[in-house]
Amino acid sequence: MAELHSPEEIRKHVRVYMMVFGSLAVLTIVTVSVGYLKLPIVPAMIVALFIACVKGGLVGSYFMHLITEKKLIFWLLIASAVFLFIMLTLFIWAHNSQEGGYLVS
Amino acid sequence: MDIPYTVEARPDTGVNNAKLGIWLFLASEIMLFGGLFSAYIFLRIGAPEWPGMMAGHMYGRASEVLSVPLATLNTFILIGSSVTIVMAWASLMMNRFDKYRLFMGATILLAFGFLIIKGIEYTSKFSHGLFPSESNFLGIYFVLTGLHAVHVIGGIIINSYFLGPGTKLWKTNPKYFTNRIEVAGLYWHFVDIVWIFLFPTIYLL
Amino acid sequence: MTYGTEREMTDSVSGGDESVHDVHRYHEEPFWRKYIFATDHKMIGIQYALTALFFLLTGFTFMMLMRWQLAYPGQPIPLIGWLFSDDTMPGGVMVPEFYNQLGAMHGTIMVFLGVVPLAVGAFGNYIVPLQIGAPDMAFPKLNMASYWVYFCGGVVMLASFFVPAGAAKAGWTSYPPLANIETMGQTMWLIGMMFLITSSLLGAVNFLTTIIQLRAPGMSYFRMPFFVWAQFVTAFLLLLAFPPLEAAAFLQLADRLIGTSFFMPSGLVVSGQVLDIAGGGSPLLWQHLFWFLAHPEVYVLILPAMGIVAEIIANNTRKPLWGYKLMVYSLLFLGAMSFIVWAHHMFITGMGTTMGAFFQVTTMIISIPSVIILSGLFLSLWGASMRFTTPMLFALAFLPMFGIGGLTGLPLGLAPTDIPLHDTMYVIGHFHYIVAPGTILALFAGIYYWYPKVTGRKLNDFWGRIHFWGTFICMNGIFMPMFIQGLAGVSRRLYDGGATYDFAANVVQYNELMSIFAWVLALAQIPFFINFFLSIKKGKEVDDNPWKATTLEWTATPTPPLPHVNFETVPTVYRGPYEYSVPDSDSDFTPQNQP
Ligand code: HEM
Ligand SMILES: [Cu+2]
Repeated sequence: MAELHSPEEIRKHVRVYMMVFGSLAVLTIVTVSVGYLKLPIVPAMIVALFIACVKGGLVGSYFMHLITEKKLIFWLLIASAVFLFIMLTLFIWAHNSQEGGYLVS
Repeated sequence: MDIPYTVEARPDTGVNNAKLGIWLFLASEIMLFGGLFSAYIFLRIGAPEWPGMMAGHMYGRASEVLSVPLATLNTFILIGSSVTIVMAWASLMMNRFDKYRLFMGATILLAFGFLIIKGIEYTSKFSHGLFPSESNFLGIYFVLTGLHAVHVIGGIIINSYFLGPGTKLWKTNPKYFTNRIEVAGLYWHFVDIVWIFLFPTIYLL
Repeated sequence: MTYGTEREMTDSVSGGDESVHDVHRYHEEPFWRKYIFATDHKMIGIQYALTALFFLLTGFTFMMLMRWQLAYPGQPIPLIGWLFSDDTMPGGVMVPEFYNQLGAMHGTIMVFLGVVPLAVGAFGNYIVPLQIGAPDMAFPKLNMASYWVYFCGGVVMLASFFVPAGAAKAGWTSYPPLANIETMGQTMWLIGMMFLITSSLLGAVNFLTTIIQLRAPGMSYFRMPFFVWAQFVTAFLLLLAFPPLEAAAFLQLADRLIGTSFFMPSGLVVSGQVLDIAGGGSPLLWQHLFWFLAHPEVYVLILPAMGIVAEIIANNTRKPLWGYKLMVYSLLFLGAMSFIVWAHHMFITGMGTTMGAFFQVTTMIISIPSVIILSGLFLSLWGASMRFTTPMLFALAFLPMFGIGGLTGLPLGLAPTDIPLHDTMYVIGHFHYIVAPGTILALFAGIYYWYPKVTGRKLNDFWGRIHFWGTFICMNGIFMPMFIQGLAGVSRRLYDGGATYDFAANVVQYNELMSIFAWVLALAQIPFFINFFLSIKKGKEVDDNPWKATTLEWTATPTPPLPHVNFETVPTVYRGPYEYSVPDSDSDFTPQNQP
C-alpha cells in the first residue's frame, strides 16, 4: 500500500491519527468513570467490553490501516476471530454444563 | 533468483511477504491471549467470589486491590506510543528521517515508562503480601500482565534495533525500511490493543 | 498475475549468467553457513529429516524397553539391563517411575519431535517451495530459527532424563493435578514444549506466507498439488491451535514454579496431606486447553501423510487424482471442523448431555470429509495399470491402515461406547493405527519417493521391499491385539500390562506376541537405515525425472536441485498438477510447466 500515498495524503492521515488519539483518550476516561459507578457485574461487563471493542477497533482500523487493508488480511482476521469466539463460548458452555460444578473451586 | 515480493506487493494478493507474515503472527497471538482470556473467564465463572480472599482480606472488586489510576496512566502511555509509532512511519513516508528518529525514540521512551509504572505496581503488590500464589485473581493478574510486559519488552528490542543498527537500510533501500517500520508498528499496535482489553477486564470488572 | 512479469524480463535478459553466478557464489559458503546455520530450505529440510529420524528412533527405543516390561513383568532386561542406573533399572528390572517416564516421553517425542518435524519440517520444507516454483521459503532466516528452536526443544526434552527423579511421568497429555505435583522433569517438559510450540508457530507463518505469496506464475490455488494443500491446511491448524496450549503451558509452569492454583482445586489431598495452596482452580481447564490444540494436532499428524500418499498414488496409477477439487474442499472443511470436536476426549469428565451431544455430532460430521479424502484416494486406483514401485507399496498400505484407524474412531466419538472404551488399550490401538501404520508408512513412502530428488540416487528396491513387508506385518501384529485387549477392558498406561488384573487374564498373553512383533519391527528397520545411508554414495543414479512425474519439483529443476535458487528461470505453470495419460498426448504425463 505504501506506494499509493503522496505526502499530502499522509498529512491528511496525520490529522486522522490525532483525532483517533483524542477519541481513545476520551473513551479511556469514560471506561474509568463507568468503573467508579460500581454497576452490577453484567451491565458493567457489557459497557466495558463494548468500549474496549470500540477502542480496539479504532486502533485496528486507523493505526493498523485495516480500513484500507486487502481482503486476504481480513479473511485471516475473521478466521482467528471465529476460532477465538468458538473457544470462548464453548469454554463457558462447558463450564456451565459440568455436572455439579465438578472439580471446580 | 531472489525471493520475490519482499518489498513490492504481490499483485493478486495486494500485500508483501512481511505484511502477510506479521498478520499471520498476530493471528496466532490473538489465539494466545485469547486462550489466556478464556482460561480467565473459565476460572472466574467457577469462583464463588471474585477477586475474593487475599492476604487475609476479602475483596469484592478488583479496583480495591489494583491501582486504577496507575493503570489509567499506563493506558494513556500506550495509546500515546501507538500514535508516536504511526507518526514515525508517516514521517518516513514524507521522507523526513529526522522526524522519524524523534518519534521512534519517543515510542521507546514511552514503552520504558510503561514498564516502570508496571514495576511500581508489582512492587507495591508484593510489599502488601499480594503474591500470585495468594489467589487465582492475582495469579491471572500477574500472568496476563506479565506476558503482556514481555511483549512490551520484545517491542522495545525491535524498535531499538530500527532506531539504531537497522537504520542502515534506510540509506540503501528506503522503501524496504519504511515497510519494516510499518510491520514493527503493526506489532506495537497489537500490544496496545491487548492492553486496551486487559485494562477493563482485569482492573475494573 | 504473479511474480512473473518483471522478473521474467530481467531473467531472460541476463538470466543464464546470473544464475550460474548465483550457483557459483553459494558454493563458496563456509561450512557452518551451508550445513549448520543453513538458510536454504532444502538444507533445513534435510536437517529436520535427520533430526526427526533420530527422534523417531529414540521414541521407538523407549517403547521397546517398555514392551519388555509388558511382556515379562518384573524380569530383568537381558543384555542391556546393566547399562541403566540404579534409579531406573536396579538389577535390570524397570521401576514403575521409569516406566512412566518412558511412556510419557515416548508419546511426546513421537508426536512433537518425530512425526510433525518429519512431515512438516522436513517434507514441507524441502518439497513445498519446489512444488510451487518458489526460490526458497518466504523468510529463510526465520526458517533457520524454526529448526534451531526445535532442536533446543529436543535437547531440553532429552536432558530432562538427567534431572533429579528423571523425566516427566504424567503422560504426553500432562493432566493436572498429577502433572502439577510431579518432579522437576515436568518443568523441563513444559519448557521443552514451549520451544517446540514456538518453532511450529514460526514454521507455520513461513509456510503460509510462502504458499500464498511465492507461487510461480500460473500456479493458481487449484493448480497446487494436493501435498501443498495438505501442508497449507496443516500450517493453519498449527498457527491457530497451538497458541492455546502455549498459554496452558505458561499456566502450568506458573502453578509449578510460583505456586498459583490455576489447575488445582481447593482442598486437594496429596499423600494424606491437604496441599497448602490457594486452590479454586480447575484441572478440567487444562484438559480443555490441551485438547483444543491436541485434536487439531492429530490432523497435523495425518494431513501431510495424506498429501504424500496422494502425490504417489497419482504418479504410480498414471491417472489424475479422483475428485481433486472435492478432496481439497474436504481438506478445508476438515481443518475448520477440527477446532470444534475436542471435547470428545473428555466424555467421562461429567459434562452435561447437551454439551456431549454437540461434540458427538461434530465428531460424526468431521468423519465425513476424512472419508471423502480416503475414498478419493481409493477411487483413484480404479481401472489404473499401477506401477508397484516401493513408494507405491507404502502408499497403498496407508489406505486400509488409515481406514481401520478412522473406523475404530467412530465408537470413540459416541459417548455411550466411549465411556467403557476410554483410557483402554482400544484407544491406543485406534490412534496408533492412524499414526503408525498410517502416517509412518506414508512418511516412508515419501522418503522412498523423494530420496532421488535429494540425492540424485534411488534407494535399493529389493531392500525397500523387505523393509516394507517387515514393517507392514509387524505393525499390524503390534496394534491389532490392542483392540482385543481394550475391548476386554485393559486400561492403558499399566506398568504390568494387566498381569495382576483378573479380568485381563484372557488377553494378557498377547503382550508377549506384541512385544516380539515390536522387536522384529526394529530388525525390519535395519535394511532401511543401511539402504538410506549407503545409497547416498552407492545408489543407482537417476535422471532428472525418474518417476515421470508432472509436478514442478521434478520437471522444472535438475535432480538434485540447485542450491538456494532452486530454478534457473522462474517456471511458468500452464496446467493442473495431475495430467497423467491425457488422451491424444504423445507421452503419458504432461508436466505442469509444459505450455
Ligand atoms: C476419523 C475420525 C476419528 C474419530 C471419530 C476419532 C475419535 C477419537 C476419539 C473420540 C478419541 C478419544 C477416545 C478416548 O480417549 O476415550 C480419540 C483419541 C485419539 N485419536 Fe482419534 N479419531 C479420529 C481420527 C483420528 C486421527 C486422524 C488421528 C490422527 C493421528 C487420531 C488420533 C488420536 C489420538 C492420538 C488419540 C488419543 C489421545 C490420547 O488420549 O492420548 N484420531 N479419537
Ligand atoms: Cu480428537
